[in-house]
Amino acid sequence: MPPLLALDAVVKDYASEAGTFRALHGVSVEVQKGEFMAIMGPSGSGKSTLMNIIGCLDTPTTGTYRFEGTDTATLSEGALAKLRNAGIGFIFQQFNLLPRLSALANVALPMVYSGVASGERNARAQALLASVGLADKPRSRPSQLSGGQQQRVAVARSLANNPQLLLADEPTGALDTRTGVEVLGLFRALNEQKGVTVVIVTHDPEVARATNRVVRIQDGLVFYDGPPTEAALYGHAEATA
Amino acid sequence: MIYTMLIEAWSALVANRLRSALTMLGMIIGVAAVILMLAIGGGVQKQVSDAVSGLGSNMLIVTAGSGRQGPLSGGAGTGASLRIEDADAIAKIDNVAAVAPSTSLAAQVVAGPVNWATQVTGTVPGYFTVNAWPAGDGRLFTDREDRAGARVAVLGQTVADKLFGANDPMGQTVRIKGVSFTVVGLLEHRGQGFGGQDRDDVIVVPLTSALRLLQGNAIRRSIRIISVGVASAAALDQVTDDIATLLRRLHRLRAADQDDFSVANLTAITDTLSTTTAAISLLLAAIGSISLVVGGIGIMNIMLVSVTERTREIGIRMAIGASRAAVRLQFLLEALMLSLIGCGIGVAVGTGLAMLAGRFIGFDTAVTVFAVVVAFAVSASIGIFFGWWPATRAARLSPIEALRS
Ligand SMILES: Nc1ncnc2c1ncn2[C@@H]1O[C@H](COP(=O)(O)OP(=O)(O)OP(=O)(O)O)[C@@H](O)[C@H]1O
Ligand SMILES: [Mg+2]
Repeated sequence: MPPLLALDAVVKDYASEAGTFRALHGVSVEVQKGEFMAIMGPSGSGKSTLMNIIGCLDTPTTGTYRFEGTDTATLSEGALAKLRNAGIGFIFQQFNLLPRLSALANVALPMVYSGVASGERNARAQALLASVGLADKPRSRPSQLSGGQQQRVAVARSLANNPQLLLADEPTGALDTRTGVEVLGLFRALNEQKGVTVVIVTHDPEVARATNRVVRIQDGLVFYDGPPTEAALYGHAEATA
Repeated sequence: MIYTMLIEAWSALVANRLRSALTMLGMIIGVAAVILMLAIGGGVQKQVSDAVSGLGSNMLIVTAGSGRQGPLSGGAGTGASLRIEDADAIAKIDNVAAVAPSTSLAAQVVAGPVNWATQVTGTVPGYFTVNAWPAGDGRLFTDREDRAGARVAVLGQTVADKLFGANDPMGQTVRIKGVSFTVVGLLEHRGQGFGGQDRDDVIVVPLTSALRLLQGNAIRRSIRIISVGVASAAALDQVTDDIATLLRRLHRLRAADQDDFSVANLTAITDTLSTTTAAISLLLAAIGSISLVVGGIGIMNIMLVSVTERTREIGIRMAIGASRAAVRLQFLLEALMLSLIGCGIGVAVGTGLAMLAGRFIGFDTAVTVFAVVVAFAVSASIGIFFGWWPATRAARLSPIEALRS
């Protein structure tokens, strides 16, 4: 069976007025089904860039990205949309909720695009909100919610269509320790009970410690890839890798 | 999914109330103009067909030609070229069902203390047959009364109202140019004629009486109009030609002479009217379609602005799985909603204007279901046509670029 994700020599260039900037210098990573892993690295090292490629929002400049063995470059627009809709749940660093929609409608939106009937959709969205501790806020607009609450709405939305891959770009960054632990516990449960593969970008060693594998990135290159040892968590990986 | 998207489209429009309302203005004006056009067009057509059927179908009107006084020629009907003998001769032509010579003059009519300026028509009983104009009350005068020059009169509704008000005019006396006539009947209500004149504002008396008493010179025996009833519509053209040939012979006209009479066919009159109506309709249609196009461009413009403003929203939607088709549909629905709501308001405004116009012009301007259906169909097409490009632009965005904006 092919790995769930297989990145091979992925390079990403950003074009700007000042010339092209290479954010990823050839990243090769494989992730098996059911893994629970963390991506770490300093700010600007290319973590979000890598997540966008894994989430099929962006494409590599060179190199290949296979999802379940299929080269994503060969997928049609429609197939990619379907993958983003139901295959992958994405929690963005900036939440990316729709400001005009209520919390409930935001959570229900992916199910609108996957064609779930409205009654079932709203019931499920409400249950998801409850699972992130927001059962009492379905009607609130994002602007009426705190940063941590918006983050949790984003988590609930990412789970709407039961994705097999969950991508979270600093999901606990805006949360206090207790809610952070709760959200992490939710991911853990999904991973263990439903076999959902979870990839978390984090700066927090405590979050990474809870995972089974740490990939460290620096200046667009994979720097460490292995178990969450102390050295890996605190960035002295070069000493041990 | 469509239902949810409709609600979303609605809330997007409501979020920008003023902008949406201004955008609809073009559609509103365009649709109102189209509705008004169809209503007036329909009203005029109904008016024409009512007027024509009121005149009696298959009718020809022979009028005297221009009178000559030396080198000057007067208007049609001013000449004294038609005579009762002409009418008698026309009656013998094949396919002629009825002939009614008539003359008319304006006169001040007096009944007791009241007087009223109206038109007095002198004619034969056949006139009522040819014009399909029965008595509403009392009776019409008879051939015998006509030949005898009896002083009897049949009143149009307006004249009866003006002279007698609520009183029964039957058996009363009216004085026309100093001569007394007894009212024997009341004509049925007729309404307006082609030019908007009141066709009930008339008194009809026997031709002989009119010629003898009113013109004071029975020997001239000249008349202004001969109404000719033709047996069938198919025979109209043939009878027209026959009458012309006959009258030229009777009037001893040489080949080089012009006709001193004219034979008018109702289709000719109807044609003129339809041409006028068509011109008015065309003008309104032009105004309507220009406003509709302008309205459509307005919608396109606002949708393009909206797509630019909401690029990030589009990015988020794509990131959570909206297909390009779904994004396009969302913006198309918004454009469609703008145009259809504009259409609805336009229909309401147009209906109101049509009713007002009907009051002013004085005839029915009914807004038909057909007109409303056409308005909505056209508006829907405009919404889709002008919404397509902005919606396609939204659908073509790359998810990551849109997210970053
Ligand atoms: N659209 C872009 N155009 C040009 N350069 C970009 C673009 N996006 C990212 N970069 C650059 O690419 C590098 C990697 O950015 P990325 O967002 O992946 O960092 P990150 O590891 O997620 O950082 P952080 O931890 O702060 O979120 C940065 O130097 C950034 O300036
Ligand atoms: Mg980042």
